[in-house]
Amino acid sequence: MTEPSTFAQIVYAFFALLALGGAVGMVTRRSPVASLLYLVVTLFSLAALFLLLGAQFIAAVQIIVYAGAIMVLFLFVIMLLNLGHDVRSDLRGGIWILLAFLAGGGLWGLLFSSFGPELHLPNPGKVLLPAQAVQQTDVVSAIALPMMNEYVVAFELTAVLLLVAIVGAVLLAKRRA
Amino acid sequence: MLNQSLYLAAALFAIGVVGVLIRRNAIIVFMCVELMLNAVNLAFVALSNVMGIEGQVFVFFVMTVAAAEAAVGLAIIIAIFRHLESVDIENFNLLRW
Repeated sequence: MTEPSTFAQIVYAFFALLALGGAVGMVTRRSPVASLLYLVVTLFSLAALFLLLGAQFIAAVQIIVYAGAIMVLFLFVIMLLNLGHDVRSDLRGGIWILLAFLAGGGLWGLLFSSFGPELHLPNPGKVLLPAQAVQQTDVVSAIALPMMNEYVVAFELTAVLLLVAIVGAVLLAKRRA
Repeated sequence: MLNQSLYLAAALFAIGVVGVLIRRNAIIVFMCVELMLNAVNLAFVALSNVMGIEGQVFVFFVMTVAAAEAAVGLAIIIAIFRHLESVDIENFNLLRW
């Protein structure tokens, strides 16, 4: 990957901070609807970060699937269950907060220390990098070709998974006759 | 931007873990799980620039699983809400020993 320009780095920092702010807002807001809107901010910022990292197709799918479909599903359920104006705090008290910050902080420290400035990645060998793949074909084919060749079994199983999810969701949410 | 992305992914994942542990509203717990999945997606995309295009293929699969999980999970929450008139996970004690 070539060195990004200063402008790209500024835009990156802006969206990274926006993503972090949205995540913190989601965890701390009382109202489920406000929480959800903060999560949408985070998901859109992540889509922008995907663009900056050179994953245009993933960025488009992120906006369509996450910020579009999944968030509308969440909002629909919140409205359906009429939780929108339930502003009673649902934060756990005492020992749970301590435990949560221990777990979160510990995980954060562990991940940070393992990344570090000199990242020890295993040698990937001979692989096709996204930039080369896009140059050879186009943005969509770069992902579609490996998906339809090496990962075609996983791709087909995904179809089964989605079918099971649809049937399961309908069965679970249906009123008992 | 690889290192910054990994730091950001770690921070978002940790915030998601904290959210799952301190909130009692089942829907918000679910949203925190989605945040953790997104943090992993960010790490996948960032690493795909040095480790090969497969990272972006896996992001696609993660998104599919997340969509299926959201659909089934929200259906379960609706079914539980019909029984208990609540989405507070303190009340979900049917499977507790």
